[in-house]
Amino acid sequence: MFVPVRRLLHTLSVTYLHNQKGQSERNDRYVCLMIPFMSHTPSLSGENRLHTKQPNRYFPGNAVKTTKYSLWFFIPMNLYEQFHRFANLYFVGLAVLNFVPAVEAFQPEVAIVPICVMLALTALKDGWEDCRRFRSDRRINHTSCRVYSRKVSGFVERHWKDVRVGDLVEVASNEIIPADLLLLHTSDLNGVCHIETASLDGETNLKRRLVVPGLNTQVRINKGNPLFENKSNCLSFLQLVKNTNVDVLGFGIDSLLPRGCTVRNTDLATGFVVYTGHETKSMMNKNGPQYKRSKLECKMNIDVLFCVILLFSMCLIGALGHYVWLESLPSVPLFLTPGSHGHMDSNPLSGLYMFFTMIILLQIFIPISLYVSIEMVKMGQIFFITNDVDLYEEKTDSRVQCRALNIPEDLGNIHYVFSDKTGTLTENKMVFRRCSVTGTEYSHNENGKSEVVPDRKLLQRVLAGGGDWDGCGGIRRCEATDLYLDFFLALTVCNTVVVSTATTCSLWHQSTSEIDISAQRCYVAESPDEAALVHAAKVYGFMLIARTPNSVKVRLPHGVELNYQVLDTLNFDPHRKRMSVVLRHPISGEIVMYTKGADYTVMELLDFERSQKNVAASTQRHLNWYAKEGLHTLCFAKKVSSDIQENWSLLRQEALAAIDNREELLMETAVNLEKQLTLLGATGIEDRLQECVPDTVMALREAGVRLWVLTGDKAETAINIAHASRLLDQEDLVIHMNTDDKAVCKSILDRSLEEGRRHTRPGYPGLSIGLVIDGHTLDMALQSDLVDRFLELARLCRSVLCCRVTPLQKSTVVKVVRERLKVMTLAVGDGANDVNMIQAADVGIGISGQEGMQAVMASDFSISCFKHMKKLLLVHGHWCNSRLSNMAIYFFYKNVTYVNLLFWYQFFCGFSGTSMIDIWLLIFFNLFFTSTPPIMFGVMDRDVSAETLLGLPELYRTGHESEGYSHFTFWIAMLDAFYQSLVCFFIPYLTYQGTDIDIYTFGSSMNTVSLFNILLHLAIEIKSWTLVHWVTMLGSVALYFTVTLVYSATCISCNPPSDPYWTTQQQMSEPIFYLVCVITTVVALLPRFTYRVLSNTLAPTPLIRARHLERLDPAIREQWIKEWRGFRGGPQGGRSYQKQTQEQEPSRITPTLSITNNHLGTPTRSAVRHHHNVEL
Amino acid sequence: MPKKELETANRPDNTAFTQQRLPAWQPILSAGIVIPGFVLIGLAFIGIGVALFLTSRNITVLEMDYTGVETTSDCYKCSAGTLPNCVCNLYFTLNETFPGTVYFYYGLSNYFQSYRKFGASRDDNQLSGDTYYFTSPLAVCTPYQYDVNNNPIVPCGISANSMFNDTFNLYQLVNGSKTVPLDGRGIAWWSDYNIKFRNPTSDPLRNAFNGTVKPPFWSKPVFELDLTDKSNNGFLNQDFLVWMRRAALPNFRKLYRRITGPDYASGLPPGNYTIEIAYNYPVMSFNGRKKVVLSNVSWMGGKNDFLGVAYLVVGSLCIVMSMVMLIVYAKFKFPDDV
Repeated sequence: MFVPVRRLLHTLSVTYLHNQKGQSERNDRYVCLMIPFMSHTPSLSGENRLHTKQPNRYFPGNAVKTTKYSLWFFIPMNLYEQFHRFANLYFVGLAVLNFVPAVEAFQPEVAIVPICVMLALTALKDGWEDCRRFRSDRRINHTSCRVYSRKVSGFVERHWKDVRVGDLVEVASNEIIPADLLLLHTSDLNGVCHIETASLDGETNLKRRLVVPGLNTQVRINKGNPLFENKSNCLSFLQLVKNTNVDVLGFGIDSLLPRGCTVRNTDLATGFVVYTGHETKSMMNKNGPQYKRSKLECKMNIDVLFCVILLFSMCLIGALGHYVWLESLPSVPLFLTPGSHGHMDSNPLSGLYMFFTMIILLQIFIPISLYVSIEMVKMGQIFFITNDVDLYEEKTDSRVQCRALNIPEDLGNIHYVFSDKTGTLTENKMVFRRCSVTGTEYSHNENGKSEVVPDRKLLQRVLAGGGDWDGCGGIRRCEATDLYLDFFLALTVCNTVVVSTATTCSLWHQSTSEIDISAQRCYVAESPDEAALVHAAKVYGFMLIARTPNSVKVRLPHGVELNYQVLDTLNFDPHRKRMSVVLRHPISGEIVMYTKGADYTVMELLDFERSQKNVAASTQRHLNWYAKEGLHTLCFAKKVSSDIQENWSLLRQEALAAIDNREELLMETAVNLEKQLTLLGATGIEDRLQECVPDTVMALREAGVRLWVLTGDKAETAINIAHASRLLDQEDLVIHMNTDDKAVCKSILDRSLEEGRRHTRPGYPGLSIGLVIDGHTLDMALQSDLVDRFLELARLCRSVLCCRVTPLQKSTVVKVVRERLKVMTLAVGDGANDVNMIQAADVGIGISGQEGMQAVMASDFSISCFKHMKKLLLVHGHWCNSRLSNMAIYFFYKNVTYVNLLFWYQFFCGFSGTSMIDIWLLIFFNLFFTSTPPIMFGVMDRDVSAETLLGLPELYRTGHESEGYSHFTFWIAMLDAFYQSLVCFFIPYLTYQGTDIDIYTFGSSMNTVSLFNILLHLAIEIKSWTLVHWVTMLGSVALYFTVTLVYSATCISCNPPSDPYWTTQQQMSEPIFYLVCVITTVVALLPRFTYRVLSNTLAPTPLIRARHLERLDPAIREQWIKEWRGFRGGPQGGRSYQKQTQEQEPSRITPTLSITNNHLGTPTRSAVRHHHNVEL
Repeated sequence: MPKKELETANRPDNTAFTQQRLPAWQPILSAGIVIPGFVLIGLAFIGIGVALFLTSRNITVLEMDYTGVETTSDCYKCSAGTLPNCVCNLYFTLNETFPGTVYFYYGLSNYFQSYRKFGASRDDNQLSGDTYYFTSPLAVCTPYQYDVNNNPIVPCGISANSMFNDTFNLYQLVNGSKTVPLDGRGIAWWSDYNIKFRNPTSDPLRNAFNGTVKPPFWSKPVFELDLTDKSNNGFLNQDFLVWMRRAALPNFRKLYRRITGPDYASGLPPGNYTIEIAYNYPVMSFNGRKKVVLSNVSWMGGKNDFLGVAYLVVGSLCIVMSMVMLIVYAKFKFPDDV
């Protein structure tokens, strides 16, 4: 008996076939049940005997291996991996070049030291990471589970790694599923198994899985008789499948228990292993964080290229110089050595050789340690970000997570933020606010912040009507007439809320569950608005008591408990935008369908012949009103029994069992049924703004970041939220674009542009502009002929709202802005519909909220609420950006300064490639003596305090401007480096010229001078000196002198031809050495120091001014901030400071409407509107 | 309460380090605070500059080129390098006492001891007295590793082979000529003489060199460099040690002798002098120059005006800068500047 399993994208279809003939025609997966092959006695007859060799042996085992390397091949594999980096290849190439005798610059074995150290460091890091993966793999592989064994005729403990395809595996409640299982049996009478897929997609709500349909009924028949208890029963199970009359059983994802998920609320589930190990859904989904390259690194790579060009020209000078020098000698002098073959190489050839020697000698001109250092610095920066206690959310016990390790500095350079609305700006915690039943509005004015207080009138109405409901006598009459009952019944049952007992659910559903303590019951809902509706209905006495796949138990206001039979559930899908439940009344036997959905989808399906027009019109009016208040609206409708076609149920069953086009068939049957509905009413659910959203939005705006909100909601809802969250101010000019016609769209764009330019003229205290565009119009605006106009308009706008956009549109918008405007974009969202956008942006931020973890999984950083954006961008972004760019610039400077000393010396050694500094000290200088301070500088330097950065968001703009890494700063640093190297070489040169000084004494003085110069240069750049700074700086000096003194005292002739023996000691015994050190350092650093002093005083950057402000008394500081902002001018400058003081405004959306919204109430087409500050 | 701990298990440590709140000194470079620094540095530098300048002025130096390029020079005859054992004289007159201890240097110009292969071409194992390398010198010494008969050269390599071999005698011309005694002891580095360079242990010394040949440019083998002083032979010969310490720059001088004789310990009295030069070393092949330098030294070494002048200039510059800063400060100060 074979089970071919075909993996479609998300569904899995398994076909039970009676013979093997069908196999070859399908591109299927054939999985054989293992039970027959576990037997030692080949008791089975016929076809099974042909397969005494285990037929599933070609499938991989269940052991997983996520390590990249194996123990034995770690070194070669890791090296191979590392040589994919160009920089590493370059340095290895140089080291190899050094082995060619004609061009060697120093002893070959010494030349490979730096690259070896770099490779070893990286290998160590990789090895450590791999080791952690290995340990976690081993832990997972050795977890035990229970697998059916024929030998003992029962389930035995096995390790996960020993589970094979075809095994029968039993999983108990709260256990983790070891492999992808096909659910065959559960302890639940209905064949249901609940699982939690948190480890797969992070969603913590319970998902229902069903026993393979068809088998379901059979298993239920056998329930008194445990299925796999003994050999004969096992056979009977096989027989049972064979004897089933159904040829083909189709099933979807709802019978699959994916590996890694946890079984909940179900005592026992038994499944058949179809996928193991790396073929399981969870392992296939697992891909590491994608590699994003930060903008700074891209710029830096260009500068590395410049360095290469500079290096080559220097080597060319060296080669030419050598040639000219040789030419100028009249004959061969005593100090020239002929080659081993007894005569001199020709002069041009020597010049050519010298070119390569120079490359080797000057190789560290390209900063070898830069890449490794940057990685280390970023690790340090990320450590500090994740450890920020301000970014920790106590409610969910979660910190900020950095999933991408290499782009923290991009946070400090963001121009555009694209934000989702629901769950990102708002809490996505729904509270029932208003409802409209059969055309009458109930406002629920007494509602508190989060709990529902029943509306008195409505409650009376419900209770009054309910007088007849307690007995069966009146039921038929009431149900037919009283739509209030239907309305609340729809609220209660038309959902997928699962009732869980409080004792178990409170542990793992802290965030999503609503615990009803009095009833010891908690509702686990897939979306928060369902839970809100169930809770609202409960307030009015309609309580959901239990739900199984086939029934739902409800308690009515007067205590009657009714158990409805659920005939079918038509689940929500994004195309229909509605869901329906078909019920049979327990007493009357009447069949009713309740439908709930977005207003426009339900309204279209109403049966207007039933004189509902008035009700529909007033309900629509209420719905528009709700939307303007920013409420989520839902419509409820019902359909009575007689309308439901009798044969529909059969069609539905067919569709469910279908293998091909299953989705389409299901959709079709659903659409067929959901027709001619009777309107019950509508609800308005509030989604409150998250804490501090207006404050955060204001801060981002002041920081020069443009905010776009991309939402699937209606324009009215979006605008309301935008006002509440300060995205739009009341006096803002709002341009509204909503049209179906492309020509109109073009003319709107043109006119808006004109208008926009008029308002943003320099010197004109214009209005801020906001743009509202709907998804349909956006599509047209993004077409190639209009996109430039649209982007220009968008650039003039301070905020843009895109409504009714699809996930794909979201990512298109981000891509267009990012590529066309060449700006840094950041996307923030919380739901699966934001994943595209998050991946398209330069920086993606996921909010771990109510809607699962898919956004978080795709993001680079994940935070737990929107307000953390403020500190993440303004403080950490700024810090990381300025730290890293300063450090990168410093690294270039450091290497060039140092290497140039060698270059200048070439003019005094006949361009022969001599190094006057001992080669070990030369290498150590870069690797050890001067590497820690800049790394510490990159991790810990703090130009402005966090408080100031948060208080003055304008400072964020400096990241956009000159303060960060730019080619200009790079070249300035290069010039400074050349100047300093000239000073460091020629002051000692002029001091010692004409004396009897020997090479290494000369070099050692220069080495010391450079050390002081390079470290003091850093000291000028360091903005704040903590203990760590002092320790590393002084430690570096101490290390240098210790190593140098010890080395030159012990290396008698350890490293020929270099001769460092006793040079440092000799040098340090002469007073002139110290005098040289002092004056060289002063002269070298004087220009930079003076420049810093003068520019700080004469033209202080905003950052410098902010640092001055930090030192003032709080009282004087505020005055200065005011003056400063007044001085900076601009419309938002004067206002923004006061905004900060009044930021504690209620975050709840108040039903305040501006005139802008009134116009939007009616669908506007082809209109440019702008409205000034008028409030109702 | 274990549950509470569980709830905040992820809370980051609230320490000054992790929250980046370590107490820090945050200097802001601005005109106000650097004025005292500039003044102090300026004054100190001017002080040091004056001291250095005066010291340098007090050092007497006498440099005399004896390459013999000019036809008027006595050494002209030797400069062609055709005469064997050519001796020439260099006359000079001192009008006042040359105070001292006077150091006697020879100087070479345009001579690249810093040439990379020059430095590499030596065998430190030989020079530390390891006789194994006497028979098989290192390959880096090529082409001065073996001679044409395949005998090992000791000391091998270009560094040793090119050793400077002019010799000098100084005479004061008073009542005929009176030899000024030159003291060649202790002119090399102490560490070279006592630790780095070692003679092979054999007595007499020449036995250790059996089977080896002298470098081709040399006239005498290494164990006969100084016939007057037995201990000044082999690798511990002072002149050899001085030569083997490579000069950093192409124009250099090397110490030849000190004038410490009883009559001359406090300096050379005024009068006429002659230096008798055994002219052996060819420099015309690279446009080189040879010279004799007589100098006394101070705590700052030889005569060098540069450093003193540099200190004076930079010191004055700092003073000027402090003035500029004062003006800037007066006009643009911040409220927090004190």
